[in-house]
This record gives sequence, structure tokens and C-alpha cells, in this order.
Amino acid sequence: MLEDYLPILIFLALAIGLAVVIMLATLVVARQNPDSDKLSAYECGFEAFEDTRRKFDVRFYLVAILFIIFDLEVAFLFPWAVALGDIGLAGFWSMMLFLGILTVGFIYEWKKGALEWE
Amino acid sequence: MSQSYLLVALPELFLLAAGLVLLVVGAFKETAAGARLVSNLALGTLAITLVLVLVAAPDRAVAFRGNFVMDGFAGFMKVVVLLGALGTLAIAQPYLRREGIERFEYAVLVIFSTAGMSLLLSANSFLALYISLELMSLPLYVLAAFQRDTYKSTEAGLKYFVLGALASGMLLYGVSLVYGFTGTIFFEELTALYLDEEGAELPLGALVGVVFIAAGLAFKLGAVPFHMWTPDVYEGAPTAVTALFAAAPKLAAMGLTVRVFAEPFGAFVADWQQIIIAVSVGSMVLGAFGAIGQRNIKRLLAYSGIGHVGYALVGLAAGTQSGVYGVLVYMTIYLFMTVGTFGVVLALRRRGQSLEQIDDFAGLGKDQPLLALATAIFMFSLAGIPPLAGFFGKLYVFLAAIEVGLVWLAVIGVLTSVVGAYYYLRIVKLVYFDSAPEALDRGMEPELRGVIAVSAVVTALFVVVPGPILGSARVAAGALFP
Repeated sequence: MLEDYLPILIFLALAIGLAVVIMLATLVVARQNPDSDKLSAYECGFEAFEDTRRKFDVRFYLVAILFIIFDLEVAFLFPWAVALGDIGLAGFWSMMLFLGILTVGFIYEWKKGALEWE
Repeated sequence: MSQSYLLVALPELFLLAAGLVLLVVGAFKETAAGARLVSNLALGTLAITLVLVLVAAPDRAVAFRGNFVMDGFAGFMKVVVLLGALGTLAIAQPYLRREGIERFEYAVLVIFSTAGMSLLLSANSFLALYISLELMSLPLYVLAAFQRDTYKSTEAGLKYFVLGALASGMLLYGVSLVYGFTGTIFFEELTALYLDEEGAELPLGALVGVVFIAAGLAFKLGAVPFHMWTPDVYEGAPTAVTALFAAAPKLAAMGLTVRVFAEPFGAFVADWQQIIIAVSVGSMVLGAFGAIGQRNIKRLLAYSGIGHVGYALVGLAAGTQSGVYGVLVYMTIYLFMTVGTFGVVLALRRRGQSLEQIDDFAGLGKDQPLLALATAIFMFSLAGIPPLAGFFGKLYVFLAAIEVGLVWLAVIGVLTSVVGAYYYLRIVKLVYFDSAPEALDRGMEPELRGVIAVSAVVTALFVVVPGPILGSARVAAGALFP
């Protein structure tokens, strides 16, 4: 059983070994001649403007989350629609229940004003 | 057939449906009055669910293609967990109002989380286990960060979430290993797998899986070595949420842990016994010594909770029916002690400000004699001093350990209880023998008064009428060992 995994082990050893060799080689073989210009942060030829960890509006998150929920809902609806003939009434009502639960969530976010951007 | 399925899971279905209705009600009535209405409706919902669990048929019934089981064990634990959720939601209401974070979402989140706990106790496959564990945990992460404009509460929420996700990952990894090496995720099939083989051994890979599952469960229990989140989250979360954390999810996780080790892996006690013993000893020792230096009562109770999980696990480590019986009795008694203690913490106020330092207990005996009496009862009981309930909890788990020859484990338990008694008794000393420069506020809300009174009465009078708890715990433990 375990010997089936031997290729994975060899692959792991190769991957790690090669990575180590390449990194060591750049350290040992390459010429290193650092100065302050080479070591400074670099942004398209300009000095760095600001800290990369910027604050941004939490509403972007909100929209992204809402999008994902309904995106997944649609992704779930397609196989259901295709298989509806086989899964019968129980399958139909299961999806209706699922959509109902999502609708409750939708009502909640609407009333909470999550869909408004002003 | 499908109708009886729904009947078996009726309490959970009712809870979930009610949660959805309350969400809509709250969304359309978003005022302080609306929050109060939703909170009261949620209390009613939990009470009705409790009744539904109590009147459910006591026989074992399986539903949803073997994913869901309702038996005496699940029924007993569900009653305990629902009582915990009910009690902590009741005392949360006045606290949230005072802190200015009274929002209807609180009660809705508690309902969803409780539904997760209830499903967790009925989980009969690893898939159901995982989904209900997440249903329980996700609302709890949000609740930890409920006071979202304070630094501490958001920190607690984030810490709990990140570490909780890590624990979920470990649990899932363990489940995948068990599935890979045994070919099933259903508890019943796992039980039956090695039933007829004499001296069967768990495959090594599955054993590694069991270790990972134990790690994930130990996180939810807050047991050493996965306890790191407990003090920070307990301190940072709003006190009402901390009370919920200490009462309900911990009990649900304990019920689940007992089921996982006693049912699917019941034939391999020798394999998992050492894991449980290690976790138990670590928790008892850390709970006893970690709490000594604490100044904040919520941190102290976090360490105390770690210790109590350790004591309860002594019973599970025995791996016998009487051991599980001990765990159930212990956790039931722990519920009343801990809800009562948090009730006292919530009642502790000076000039309308909630107090969290241990030194703030000074002078309670003079200012509020009845509350001081309740505090003394809870502290003596947590320390395990007879004739209070906490003593009997410890008695049954230690007896079960001695029965199977784990005398040294019981000895460690007794020794750590003695160490733990120091900090519980220090609070009693502060209450009765020290005085504060300024008097504590008098008067408290009726909900708070009721919950503290009931907890104190149960804790104090358990010795007189132990029958109801002991009898039903015995039946519940028997359900796991047919």
C-alpha cells in the first residue's frame, strides 16, 4: 500500500533538492555587489509611494461576499436542473427549501441596507 | 418513511426554522424594542425545543441515511446544552442593554449556534459531525466579536476564528485519513467493521487520523495542548458571550467527543486511551496552576474551565460505561456551576460599570449578602468541596478511573483539585473578609436573579435530591454501551 506513494516521495525529494540547489547556487556562484539603490524598494521605476497595506472600504468585501453566495447558488442550480427528472419531488422541494433559506438571507441584507451604495 | 425522518430531527428543524423566522422579524423591526422582542421569542423557541427533546421517543432512531441519530445519550446532552443556551441567553439580555450593544442578531446567532450544537450531539457520521461543528462555530466567532467597536472583542473574534479554522482543518484531515484507511465515514459502519474480529487492530493510518480528530475536538473543548485561545477569547468577548462559550459549546463538544471515542472507536480503547489521558492530565495541571496568577475573573474562569474539562476527561479515559456516566454527571453539574458563576460576574457592578477584576469581589459579603452566599456556593462547588454538587461530579469520574486501575490518574486529579481550591477560596475570602472603598451596586434584573438562584439551588441541593440527574445520566450512558 505504502509503496504506491513512492513516486510522490521521489517527486518531493526532487522538488526540494532542486529548489535548494538553485538557491544555494545563486548565493555561491553569482557575483554579489549590493548597494543602496539595488536594495531599495522599487515600484515601476518610481520611489515607493505609500504603504501597500492600505485601508479600503469594507463595502467591497460585502459585495464580494454577496456575489459569492448567489454565484454558488447558480452553480448549484445547474446540476439540479439537469438532474430534476431523476431526483423527483423530493429533489424539487429540497431546492425550494434551499432557495427559501437564501431568500431569508436576502431579505435580511436588503433591510440592513447592504445593497445600497449611496 | 421520509415523514418519520423529519420527526426524528423535529427539535433541530424547529430550531432552525424559528431562527429564520426570527431573522426576518428582527430585520423588519430594528429597534431596541425589536431586539427585546426577538430575544424573548428566542427564549421561547429554546424552551419549546427543550420540551420537544424531552417528549421525543427515548428509543434509538436513525435518520437522513444514517447521518443523524437520536438516542438516550443525544437526548440527555441536548437537554443539558439547551438549558445552558437558555440560561446564558436570559442573562445576556440585561447585560447587552447596559453595554449598549443590544441588537436582535445576538439572539438569532445563539439560536443558530444552538441548532448546530444539537445537530452535533446527534451526528452519526463524520460528514454530519463536520457540518454541524461549523454551524455551531461560525455564529460563535461572530458573537465573540459582537462588541465590534472595542479592540478586545474584535481581537477575541479574530483569534477564535483563525484558530478555530486551524482546528477544523486538523479535524478534517483526521477524518480523511480515517476514511482512507477504513473506507467509511459512518459511525455505525466503523463500529461494525472490527466487531467480529478478535484482537483486531486499527490500521496505523486510521490511528493517525484518530489523533488528528482528537486534536480538533480538544480545541473545541479548550483542552491542553489546544487551550491557547481560551483565556484570550474569554477575556475579550463580552461577558454574556463568555458565559455562553463556557456553558453550551463546551458541553456539546464534550458530548461529541464521548460519542466519537465510545462509538466508532469503542473497540480500540487501548489505542486512544493514552491520548485522552495525556490531554486530561495536561488540562488538569494547567487549569490548576495557570489560574493562580490571574487578576481578571474571566481569565480565571477560562483556566478553571480548562481544568474542569480535564477532570471530565478522566471519566472518558476510563473508557467504560461508568466512566461515560461520570462525564455526563460532571458536565451537567459543571453547567449549573459555571452559568451561576457567570451570572454573579454579570451582576457585579459599581456605579453602573461592569467589573471584571477579581479584587472587585471585595466587600460583596457586606453589600449583597444573598449574592455573596451564591458566590460562595459556586466557588466551594467548583473547588469540589462536599457536600456541594461539584464534589460528586469529581467523585464519579475518579471512581470510574480507579475501577479500571488508573489510580494514579485519580491521584493527579485530587492533587490538582487541591491546588485549584486555592484560587476559588481566595475569591470567597475576598467576598467575606475584605472590604472595598466603595459599595457595589444593589439590585439586579429579574432574569439574572432567577438564573443565579436556580443554579445555586441546584448546586447546593444536589446532595439532597441527586436522583433526577444521576438517573437520567445513567440511562444516557447506557445508550452508548448496548
